[in-house]
Amino acid sequence: MYLNETPVLSIRDLTVRYGKGCSACSGRADNRDKNRCIACGTVWATDGISLDVYPGEVLGIVGESGSGKTTLMRALYFDFVPSFGSAVLRDYEDGQKNIWEASSAAQRMIKNTVMGMVYQNPVLGLRMNYSAASNIAEKIIAAGSRNAGQMTGRAMELLDAVEISTSRMSEAPKNFSGGMQQRVQISKALANNPALLLLDEVTTGLDLSVQAKVLDLIRKIKALYGISILLVSHDLAVIRMLADRTIVMLDGAIIESGLTDQILEDPQQAYTQQLVHSLI
Amino acid sequence: MSKNYNYAFLDEGSKREIRRATLKAVAIPGYQVPFGSRELPIGRGWGTGGIQLTLSLIGPGDVLKVIDQGSDESVNAVNIKKFVGLCTDIETTTETPEATLIQSRHRIPEIPLKNGQILIFQVPLPEPLRIVEAREEVTKKMHAEKDYAPLWLQLYESLIRYKKVTLASEYPCLVEGRYMMNPSPIPRFDNPKLHKAECLYLFGAGREKKIYAVPPYTDVVSLAFDDVPFEIESFGGKHCRLCGSTDTYLDEVFDQQSGKRFHQCSDTSYCRKLSSQKAQNRE
Ligand SMILES: Nc1ncnc2c1ncn2[C@@H]1O[C@H](COP(=O)(O)OP(=O)(O)O)[C@@H](O)[C@H]1O
Ligand SMILES: [Mg+2]
Ligand SMILES: [Zn+2]
Ligand SMILES: [Zn+2]
Repeated sequence: MYLNETPVLSIRDLTVRYGKGCSACSGRADNRDKNRCIACGTVWATDGISLDVYPGEVLGIVGESGSGKTTLMRALYFDFVPSFGSAVLRDYEDGQKNIWEASSAAQRMIKNTVMGMVYQNPVLGLRMNYSAASNIAEKIIAAGSRNAGQMTGRAMELLDAVEISTSRMSEAPKNFSGGMQQRVQISKALANNPALLLLDEVTTGLDLSVQAKVLDLIRKIKALYGISILLVSHDLAVIRMLADRTIVMLDGAIIESGLTDQILEDPQQAYTQQLVHSLI
Repeated sequence: MSKNYNYAFLDEGSKREIRRATLKAVAIPGYQVPFGSRELPIGRGWGTGGIQLTLSLIGPGDVLKVIDQGSDESVNAVNIKKFVGLCTDIETTTETPEATLIQSRHRIPEIPLKNGQILIFQVPLPEPLRIVEAREEVTKKMHAEKDYAPLWLQLYESLIRYKKVTLASEYPCLVEGRYMMNPSPIPRFDNPKLHKAECLYLFGAGREKKIYAVPPYTDVVSLAFDDVPFEIESFGGKHCRLCGSTDTYLDEVFDQQSGKRFHQCSDTSYCRKLSSQKAQNRE
């Protein structure tokens, strides 16, 4: 189904390492204790990740804590510069230019108009002391609008979409519950109709009933906006509910990928089999 | 003029360095140029940035006016005039049109300034982005990248929370479409006077060691959303009790004897002139 389509995002060989690396660990995965080089202590948080996200799909990434999922997301959102690798976006320079080599102004533009990010920790994604409406307006301002009425209109529309009463739009998210904060983050991420939504453990830490509501909301948003989603979770149950395709990460590398159903029914790797079995 | 000091107090090298920074500031309107702020016999924070600009520029033939919150008579203004008088041979004035140099704190005179005149502001806090970002290295980068979104956000937040713009003075403006600038604590009433003016405006911050400028005929646009126009203070039809003006910036004064509140022009020189003209017309 994807063969003729241009991916919204293509990552090649993304490597993020903490430490200098040495001849024992560079370019090879043996001689490591999980993601850490036994010889030099370098941590290979992600090591040679390549993936494509196609228009309108939800690509799930599952893996245990420390497998490199957040590192991948934050590198994509320019929170730091990766050690190696490239990524192109269909909506930036026609997919011809590595986003990690873009100017900081271009990276800001990408963050504000091409991608939206929802962090596991809302403190990273929200201005907790600014109103919910301002959190959304921040994105719209960054995209160049100077019309306050337009911003307020859009904020109301988006808060409505994530089921937050617009009567609370002038309140600061620091007064909101965890589930509401995640919903404000989602509305903020959607402010400029980005082609790609990055969701990092959106439901982790929320009560089960709240989790279900947020997952439901994501499904609704996908249907409503036709947006592509990169969904990261340590919880295969979350991935199973939403992802069309799934990638399994372990120790900074991709060990398995395929259609979600296929991975659930016929996991190839021992690690994946373990994950799937623990579901039931 | 006292013989114990160099002309205009500062040594020639220091004056030259300040003028060099000033030229750079004029060449890049609105950009804050660092300079080596000198020690003066006045505490920093008491207008030393403005005084250093004045001392570096003043020369024979100049006529100096000094105002503090619009008043030529305030202790501060009088002392600065005395100090400059002691170490130069220049004349001072209270008449705006006669002055070649005007040093000011918190006001722009009511009479429009002309080509050839220089208005020098004493600036306490030069950085317009400080209200949204505490770190100097970050504000520098924001200026470099023309990233003023956080300031716009601040403006939007005040509209959402208070249904109005809450910034009173130090109202930020974009200079020549490039640099966001703090016009120093002038009232919003004076912001429009910066736009496409005939005179040169210079801003000196002694404690923060910055000089910036608005050269003649520069675009200076106060921060405002397209659909929420910038507004100056409104005095709601009130007039000056001395000269009757309704189109000047008015201070509220409390009359001890009558116990009443009055309004009068903050620009004392303008007010006096208008009052005496009116008196003459009546005669
Ligand atoms: N600043 C850092 N310095 C050293 N190691 C780090 C740093 N940040 C993350 N790591 C390591 O990188 C690995 C991947 O972390 P992370 O991407 O957060 O994993 P996940 O999100 O899958 O739980 C972990 O081993 C983590 O300890
Ligand atoms: Mg994580
Ligand atoms: Zn090593
Ligand atoms: Zn008056």
